[in-house]
Amino acid sequence: MYLFRAVLAFAMQSYKDNVNYDVSNIVVCDETVRVSFWFVVTTPGNTSELLPKEEVENAIKKFRNRINSAFLLTDQTLDFVGISPTLAAPVHYDNPPWLIVFGVVMGLVCAGIVAMLISTFLQKARSKKASADSADEEDRSGTIAGNGIHCERIGERDGIYNRGFADDDRFTKL
Amino acid sequence: MKLKLPNPGLEERIPSHAEVEKMEEVQAGDRPQWDNKAQYMLTCVGFCVGLGNVWRFPYLCQSHGGGAFMIPFLLLLVLEGIPLLHLEFAVGQRLRKGSIGVWRSISPYLTGVGIASMLCSFVVGMYYNTIMAWVMWYFFNSFQDPLPWSQCPINDNRTGYVSECARSSAVDYFWYRETLNTSTRIEDSGGLQWWMVLCLIGAWVLLWVCCIRGIETTGKAVYVTSTLPYVVLTIFLIRGLTLKGSVDGIIFLFTPDVDELMNPSTWLDAGAQVLFSFSLAFGGLISFSSYNPVHNHCEKDAVIISIINGLTSVYSATVIYSIIGFRATEKYDDCLAGNILTLLNTFNLPDGNITENNYDEAFKNLNSTAPDIVQGLNLTTCNMKTFLSEGVEGTGLAFIVFTEAITKMPISPLWSVLFFIMLFCLGLSTMFGNIEGCVVPLQDLNILPRTWPKEVFTGLTCLISCIIALIFVQCSGNYWLALFDGFAASIPLLVIAFCEMIAVSYVYGIDRFNEDLKFMVGHKPNIFWQVTWRVLSPLILLVILVFYFVTTVSKKLTYNVWDPESPGFPTLAQQTYPDWISGIIFILAGTPCLAIPGAALFMFIYKRCCKKDRRYAEERLNTISDKVPMSVTTSN
Repeated sequence: MYLFRAVLAFAMQSYKDNVNYDVSNIVVCDETVRVSFWFVVTTPGNTSELLPKEEVENAIKKFRNRINSAFLLTDQTLDFVGISPTLAAPVHYDNPPWLIVFGVVMGLVCAGIVAMLISTFLQKARSKKASADSADEEDRSGTIAGNGIHCERIGERDGIYNRGFADDDRFTKL
Repeated sequence: MKLKLPNPGLEERIPSHAEVEKMEEVQAGDRPQWDNKAQYMLTCVGFCVGLGNVWRFPYLCQSHGGGAFMIPFLLLLVLEGIPLLHLEFAVGQRLRKGSIGVWRSISPYLTGVGIASMLCSFVVGMYYNTIMAWVMWYFFNSFQDPLPWSQCPINDNRTGYVSECARSSAVDYFWYRETLNTSTRIEDSGGLQWWMVLCLIGAWVLLWVCCIRGIETTGKAVYVTSTLPYVVLTIFLIRGLTLKGSVDGIIFLFTPDVDELMNPSTWLDAGAQVLFSFSLAFGGLISFSSYNPVHNHCEKDAVIISIINGLTSVYSATVIYSIIGFRATEKYDDCLAGNILTLLNTFNLPDGNITENNYDEAFKNLNSTAPDIVQGLNLTTCNMKTFLSEGVEGTGLAFIVFTEAITKMPISPLWSVLFFIMLFCLGLSTMFGNIEGCVVPLQDLNILPRTWPKEVFTGLTCLISCIIALIFVQCSGNYWLALFDGFAASIPLLVIAFCEMIAVSYVYGIDRFNEDLKFMVGHKPNIFWQVTWRVLSPLILLVILVFYFVTTVSKKLTYNVWDPESPGFPTLAQQTYPDWISGIIFILAGTPCLAIPGAALFMFIYKRCCKKDRRYAEERLNTISDKVPMSVTTSN
């Protein structure tokens, strides 16, 4: 209780600047088993004059941190009825972290797409070259291999003469 | 005599057994192939196991009598799910084509079934990937401590929290305001939300890179996307079981209530869940199994995948409810502590006088001695059951309930990252199947030149879907998604599944199908398959379809909105849909269903016209050869 009164006196003194507050200026009454009580602050000069509520409230708001830490309590455990705690400023990011992760993931994905498209392109170019090569080979060997099935090629050199179209009877009787 | 509808020309349209064998040996590079059996199994498991297993099944299980729900679920799994799955696998493997190709081969009048599958895959893929975008957003936001949904933002004069957040909760606020920025009506479109557009584009681009070359790339991706969810589920199970109250959740989930079995909606929901959970009638499974070698044992595959799917549902339900039990216990403790504090403050009792254990007696005591004061306090009654049954379905489960539970665990960012990676993998592997069900029929339809590489097809599909899906990233996007979810995929799929069974059993001919299976697998399918394919499964599907249709048509068209001005806030308020929504619903649900008879009609007219031309050409030829004798004399 003494500690509380001392801290509060300090708070009032710092808030009011030039007026010196003393422990005796904090009057406590109505203590309960619940560790809750009423208190009033009197001006140093005149013990019967009470300080208005707003001034006390403002002082407490300003030095809430110090009062809390004196008792190793927090805003939730030390409750001044009617004085809502000034909430700590929320964490503010200049670059929201989600954008950073988004950028990383998208970068990887785009790199993947580019790699895929390039590899498809290269594969196509390679297979075109390969088919051109194998076409040359086929010309040289004289047989065509399609799907592993060989078939004879009818070319200029090895033509198979079709006797159905005999030379002597080119014209049909119409 | 077995019933068989007339089907002329079937022999010409399908490759014979000998041809299929030859195709196997000869045509190595023409059609894509699985690298190994594991890829195929993982892809199918990934397609079947999706978000529904995680956030629909646990809710159904708990709300329809817990452990007792297993009975209708397992029964319908065996009688409906497995036969249909086996059918799709066998048909794809035998006819070696995607969904449109397969149904067109069976009968040109059935092309509509393939088209309907394609449309369903397209629409479902569109809104499913939007959910993936939401999951990505949460994933990106998980890399910070404290998590952004663990605390409310502060109002301007720093005296309190933002009013909307203070009245609901930090997780609600983050979901409805900072993620979706929902409007209060579906008509208020509210414009595009740039952060959601970014995530949507990200989701589609990531999907494209995974399925850019069809199963060549997805086959590699599924090694991760299909296995990671199981790892994460196990981690969560172990973590969950060490938390306080988790066992209460599991007990709540599985406590059987046998009276629920009398309720027809239990059976209806079980049947619908089995069908949608197996991703049947989308065409993706037919496509996947068409890349298999022709003698692959599809019967065994179907049974294995069904068992895996069922077990995964139960496993994930256990994990989810262990975490929900933990959350409910935490909320209950908070609620009780709040009440105790209020009582202690009011009556100025010393700390520790009222604890959780003696709360009830102390409350009764105080109520009897000073009832007016106690009533004036407006203490909320803390009910464990209410907390356990809160919002545990769909997006509410993942983005509100589960995220709240995660904030209460130590090292929250880690659990958040793990959870959303798991959801993403579950959804992505399902999306592979959807894209397959869209792209392969597109190729079969020959709308675009065949010489174009597959990358173009997949790219175009992703691009168009992404653009149309911009509807879902407006302020009212959430309501549009719920609309699509409710109407676009439910009835059309039931119709398609029913048509598939009838087509194979009666148009293709069950005899021929049995012969095919004997050729592929080695033995004729046994009596169980015969009965289910020909009678039981179509009957069950018909019953479910009729009931579903009746309930959908007769229910009032309302939806739930997040309206900070509504009196019941933070509970979602009910709104009626505007009149023009009925038109949209009809287009969504009706177009795939009407595509089936529509395509049949189109084919009928087309054949009539074409037949005339062919006959005309034949007649002309006959006339010439009749009138002009041709003779060739050769001199020897």
